[in-house]
Amino acid sequence: MAPVRTVVAGRPGATVRALRGFASLFVVLWRVLKANPLSLVGFFLVAAIVGAAAVMVLSPTTLAPYAPLAPSTDLNAVPSWSHPLGTDEIGLDIYSEVMYALPLDLGIALAIAGSAVLIGGGLGLVAGFWDRPGTVGGAGAVAILRITDIFLSFPSLILALAITVSLGVGVWQATLAVLLTWWPYYVRLVRGEVLAVKHLPYIQAARAAGVSDGRIVLRHVLRNILDPIVVYFTMDIGTVLVVFSTIGFVASAVPYPSATPEWGSMLSFYQSTQLINLRPWLVLGPGLAIFVTVLSFSLLGDGLRDVLDPRSRRVLASFGSAVATATPGG
Amino acid sequence: MGRGPSDLAIFVGKRLLQLIPVLFGVIVLTFFFTHVTVVNPCALWYPHAKPAILASCESQFAQPVVIQFLTYFHQLLTGNWGTSQYGVPVMPQIMVALPATVELVVASLLLMIFIGIPLGVVAAQSSGRFADHLVRIFYLSGWATPTYLGAVIAAIFVGPFLGLPTHGEYTSSPPPFPQYTHLSVVDALLAGNVPWTADALLHLLLPAATLAFINMGIATRMTRSSMLEVLPLDFVKSARMKGLTEFWVLYKHALRNALITTTTVLGVTAGGLLSGTVVIEEVFTWPGIGAYAYQAIGAGGYPVNFDATIAIVAIFAIGVVLANLVADVLYGILDPRVEWR
Repeated sequence: MAPVRTVVAGRPGATVRALRGFASLFVVLWRVLKANPLSLVGFFLVAAIVGAAAVMVLSPTTLAPYAPLAPSTDLNAVPSWSHPLGTDEIGLDIYSEVMYALPLDLGIALAIAGSAVLIGGGLGLVAGFWDRPGTVGGAGAVAILRITDIFLSFPSLILALAITVSLGVGVWQATLAVLLTWWPYYVRLVRGEVLAVKHLPYIQAARAAGVSDGRIVLRHVLRNILDPIVVYFTMDIGTVLVVFSTIGFVASAVPYPSATPEWGSMLSFYQSTQLINLRPWLVLGPGLAIFVTVLSFSLLGDGLRDVLDPRSRRVLASFGSAVATATPGG
Repeated sequence: MGRGPSDLAIFVGKRLLQLIPVLFGVIVLTFFFTHVTVVNPCALWYPHAKPAILASCESQFAQPVVIQFLTYFHQLLTGNWGTSQYGVPVMPQIMVALPATVELVVASLLLMIFIGIPLGVVAAQSSGRFADHLVRIFYLSGWATPTYLGAVIAAIFVGPFLGLPTHGEYTSSPPPFPQYTHLSVVDALLAGNVPWTADALLHLLLPAATLAFINMGIATRMTRSSMLEVLPLDFVKSARMKGLTEFWVLYKHALRNALITTTTVLGVTAGGLLSGTVVIEEVFTWPGIGAYAYQAIGAGGYPVNFDATIAIVAIFAIGVVLANLVADVLYGILDPRVEWR
């Protein structure tokens, strides 16, 4: 039996417990990743991509030999050791261009998905928790859900494109346009999870013990709905990247060539202006970059779901993986 | 509440009524987005016009946005969806283009059903083994391919390599028979023209396959995970014990139950398919509403057109809502526990 614990100000041992929980989570993560090699590949790819983006921000010349607007003297070079993805007709090194676009594309995807979690997730939390009909909260919940429904019945790509084109070409415009269409998914997701959790006995117990609503939401509800949100968010980074670069492709949202290249706009530029059936690397370079990035986040998300979702964990266990005995901490 | 035909009729009727506020919201939002962000479109629309024409255009946009909206909405209530800047009415053009898109979307849905779902069954059957990983790589590749990348690669590399057409609905347009339905394959069939039917099918293949490949992942993944839930259940075991072949156990008994979730997901995917047509139709010069939307919203150097944008967004929203409704009805038919309400 565990000794009776008294709550002391400052909560000694909280850090230790958190660390222990973290460590056991890592053990499970490692076992599932080992059982599922593709997720392991995704995990290392994501680490490599994020690392490369960090290096590109801190000291770009380490990874990219040519600056974005400084053409080399080799025109239309085929891929070789000095130009891994070839060059275009004014001598821009495609590999360097692709690398310079990495921090921008990845950063925007993170920023959009992150803001969507905060805005949509916040609204979903409110709409899910304070939804008793006849109260102010209930009316607010209905209003939030109706507006969400309208946004969800938009095909988000078309709305985002229309907004980008109306706002004018530019990175900020395209980012804002995608964000405007992105938050509603999180309202639905988070509200559903809150509804599933809020009538469970431990929430009732907290309420009976006189814990305030705000504290229940932040400490008890939020902690228990975090897992599906983390999984969805990880996969969503890839989806946002696809949509953002599609806007770059269709609306040429980020003019190319420029000091800050963007994959979609880059691909759009090359497929429309040059003979790409003779020089396929111009299109395949940025295309491959988007493909690998999105694939990595999807693989990681897929693996995370297996770790965090108890249902698929059970399935994994029943198929003889090593997770059968391990349970995540917390 | 119940499962009779009258309950179904009430359910569908209610959902169609709910379409009205959604449609109103979509129109209001699109109207304000376009009219507030583009303050004076006249110079954009008529760059070389005489000052008099320019002035008459600008007088339309001189009023407050709310007044402009009321004028627009009043006109809309009489069934007039407005005109393009060249004076061509918007809705008739969309209606002519709509069947081509429906054909493309249905073709890729069929490909998703007949390729994506069996792939999910195969993956579940060999869960954790080589075939499972192979299927996962396949659908995640589609998932990770942006529509434009898939379309460009299909149109420039795959099409010529396989000798498939990558341009339009027929080799030469218009075809030598009347186009009653504007569905390329159906029109050729109605005319009893076998070579043209084959031609239309070949033209449909590459854009539909590209669209299907990109969106297949979700159907495959849902089928796989719900098959994994169903396979350990008793009725599957008893089907095996009856001595049924593995094929019948998997595809008749297990899949029927696993399909319930997949159906719902396919309905939601229809929205993704519709969005995908914008890029696919532009790259493959397919004469549908996707290509129309591409031009209406002002992509690719065309000036943005307000009336056309609002109309096309409304049509897409109706498409998404109807697809969800069809999915819900199918869900109810497949799952006898569901009551219509």
